[in-house]
Amino acid sequence: MKRKNIIPGYGLTFGITLTILSLIVVIPLCSLVVFTSRLSLPEFLYTVSRPRVLSGYFVSISTAFIASAVNAVMGFILAWVLVRYDFPGKRFLDGIIELPFALPTAVAGISLTHLTTTNGWVGKFFYDLFGIKIAYTRLGITIALIFIGIPFVVRSVQPVLEKIDIQYEEAAMILGADSRMIFRKVIFPEILPSLISGFTLAFARCIGEYGSVVFIAGNTPYETEIAPLLIMSELQEFDYTAATSIALVMLAIAFVILSVNAVLQSVVSRRISGLA
Amino acid sequence: MKNKLISLVLAITLAASLSGCGSQSTEKVNAAESTIELTNVSYDPTRELYAAYNEAFKKHYKDEFGKDIEITQSHGGSGKQALEVANGLEADVVTLALEGDVQVVADAGLIDNGFTSEFDLDSSPYTSTIVFLVRKGNPKKIYDWSDLVRDDVGVITPNPKTSGGAMWNYLAAWYYFEEQGQSEAEILESIRKLYGNVVVLDSGARGATTSFVENKQGDVLLAWENEAFLSLKEYPGEYEIVVPSVSILCQPTVAVVDEVAKKHGTEDAAKEYLNYLYSDEAQEIEAQNFYRPSSKDVYSKYVFSAEGNTITEVPADGKWINDNITLTNIEHFGGWAKARADHFADGANFDQIYEQ
Amino acid sequence: MELRKNSGAIKWALILLCFVFLAVFLLLPLFYIVITALRDGISGYINAITDEYALKAVWLTVQATLWAVIINTIFGISAAWLLTKYSFRGKKILSTFIDLPVTVSPIIAGLIYVLTFGRQGVLYDYLDPLGIQIIFAVPGIVLATIFVTFPFISRELIPVLTAQGVDEEEAAALMGAGTFTIFRKVTLPHIKWALLYGVVLCTARAMGEFGAVSVLSGHLRGKTNTLPLYIELLYQGYDFTGAFASSSILVVMAVIVLILRLIIEKKGKKELDNKK
Repeated sequence: MKRKNIIPGYGLTFGITLTILSLIVVIPLCSLVVFTSRLSLPEFLYTVSRPRVLSGYFVSISTAFIASAVNAVMGFILAWVLVRYDFPGKRFLDGIIELPFALPTAVAGISLTHLTTTNGWVGKFFYDLFGIKIAYTRLGITIALIFIGIPFVVRSVQPVLEKIDIQYEEAAMILGADSRMIFRKVIFPEILPSLISGFTLAFARCIGEYGSVVFIAGNTPYETEIAPLLIMSELQEFDYTAATSIALVMLAIAFVILSVNAVLQSVVSRRISGLA
Repeated sequence: MKNKLISLVLAITLAASLSGCGSQSTEKVNAAESTIELTNVSYDPTRELYAAYNEAFKKHYKDEFGKDIEITQSHGGSGKQALEVANGLEADVVTLALEGDVQVVADAGLIDNGFTSEFDLDSSPYTSTIVFLVRKGNPKKIYDWSDLVRDDVGVITPNPKTSGGAMWNYLAAWYYFEEQGQSEAEILESIRKLYGNVVVLDSGARGATTSFVENKQGDVLLAWENEAFLSLKEYPGEYEIVVPSVSILCQPTVAVVDEVAKKHGTEDAAKEYLNYLYSDEAQEIEAQNFYRPSSKDVYSKYVFSAEGNTITEVPADGKWINDNITLTNIEHFGGWAKARADHFADGANFDQIYEQ
Repeated sequence: MELRKNSGAIKWALILLCFVFLAVFLLLPLFYIVITALRDGISGYINAITDEYALKAVWLTVQATLWAVIINTIFGISAAWLLTKYSFRGKKILSTFIDLPVTVSPIIAGLIYVLTFGRQGVLYDYLDPLGIQIIFAVPGIVLATIFVTFPFISRELIPVLTAQGVDEEEAAALMGAGTFTIFRKVTLPHIKWALLYGVVLCTARAMGEFGAVSVLSGHLRGKTNTLPLYIELLYQGYDFTGAFASSSILVVMAVIVLILRLIIEKKGKKELDNKK
């Protein structure tokens, strides 16, 4: 596989990529590490493992996980519907998927909060009928995160689903497989890698989300206080090292999630090609 | 087709780079003319006040010194604003919610020490206090701090860790329970109960007001007096102000950011800007925006004439200041440095009340 | 074909589910924004969106977005080229770093620039004497916007370039074509639509960025307030009509961008069909 590459431009693209990457991402991230390194290791460990901080991670991670799980299911169904079916309004449906990207998170947060308080259009309904409060609870946070994460899964599954050749399914059907079996044995393995990568991206994005969540969360310590808000509140107390410590932990979490995704991708694709 | 697309992209690119240069050069032109530019970094609830004051000051400056002056405002949580100035946000003056926040800017080496004596009255030209805002008719019968620890009351107050106003709320409550003769452990228990009743702990004073007023959360909002009156004015007939028996004198602190003003050559203008806050004209503007003016003459003009501690509407004669209240101040808590260490630092009292 | 007919009931159930899901999570908040924006009538709406500060905020947002798109296009093309045309050590790490910004909390994204360029940062002492102000000024806002949209374009290009392989470029290189000729004549036609799609996504996300920009903007009215920040400012100033009216500007901008996306996709598909 290793051979001398004859396409020119290696030096040029390598240079541009590395320069911009360093300037925008790597150097600024390094200052995070530099600031945190002012703490000794025990101090650092103490700072990032205080009960309130732990509960912040927990709230962020658990709500993000549930939201991404909902999005994985709904995202898959959406992608399926958009690729496989024809129906009026399809283009419209397809067109609005990216809306959460374009709408400022603060605006999304504000309008979702207004809708889901016990006096809001949706919140009133749920509160009167079931006694469920949405805004200012973890449920509210989850709702905001579902909003944020919608495009991720749809847009990673959709292109893969489009490429699957319908012939495989037809062949499977001729061989006597029922539709559930076709789905399990033919379609699902094909789209699994993209489903995983969509899920992990949404998950990682949701853990760090701030703008939309801070309005709907209620911010009660140990209940609805998210990790990014803790960073803000440490900054407010002028405690830079504490803020950067928490930030560093969150960064590490993001990095781990991305790496797990990379590993899963290669495992899954190896298994698939092994099967084939 | 292809070429068209490419040229379109190129055109956009060019336009963008030009726009970047363009905006920079216009700033320079402004500086070259004799317009003085001041940046005032302030806290959340002063928007309306400084919008009005800046107009008056512009006129005053033109009359007095014959020069045009432009003032750029920035508003946000007081602590956050202080931090940003300390980090390099180029403010000529800061007008923050508490002395402790100005101290942060001073600690960064940007303000010379002794800023509290640079202007009259500890450098606070106007003051405020903490009052209760309740819904119309006061359905939950909330009259004093003791009512806030009742089980059936939902309280809205911002987080003292992220909001200057919220620190004043917390300290005022503390003072009340102290006045009731409670021991420190009992006070802590009362405060724990009070914060247990908090429905939404917003990150800033304005966020808390919005939760209470617009999203209809909770039964009582602990608010800056000026915020409470503003809500009364914006939503006539929907809310009432209850003035508790005791509260705290909130002294927002103003200061010239010496280093930045020196760099910009705006020291004199900045000083004049803050000094003029003490003039009768400015004191009137402050009183009209529901800040308690420091001038005794102006103050007495606005003292509330009616009886009782409940205010159902902005008085038609504009006299809104309720004098029937005992105010403590930050000195009672040993100054800001001590109050912060005792109550708001990591692991201090406020953190303890949330520990199970 | 038969496969699709089989599942009529399921098909419509799934389509209905998608419509309900998107209606509740995407359209309802949008609808709420529009209704609130018009609460004070048309004239109130027009006043709100033609306010001097609103226009300045729009202009700043447009500027930041354009810069982000330009830099990310340059970066995206060169990174995608680098990652797909050559094999070299550290490729996986490089690609993880490129993806990282999407998963970094916007708060942290803003924080790292404050730490790098703020008065506490290492670079401040060098930049300040030169009169260069990065954070609390337009360049910082541009940087933060680039950061949050960093991988958007390269992520769109990489799959296309991977699928295309390197044969055509190698052939062109053997015939003696230079880097730019190869790129323009061979590669660009293949990636044109993916590139435009990436640009659209980048634009959408850049317009709405709130968290990162909020940390380093300084909120100077008329100078460093982007549209999302301006909306928050109005919202907190009891000017709900104004806040939602300004939000609707962003909604309109977002809708335009999404319509562009649909057009691009349609054109791309048509061209693909023509080739076949």
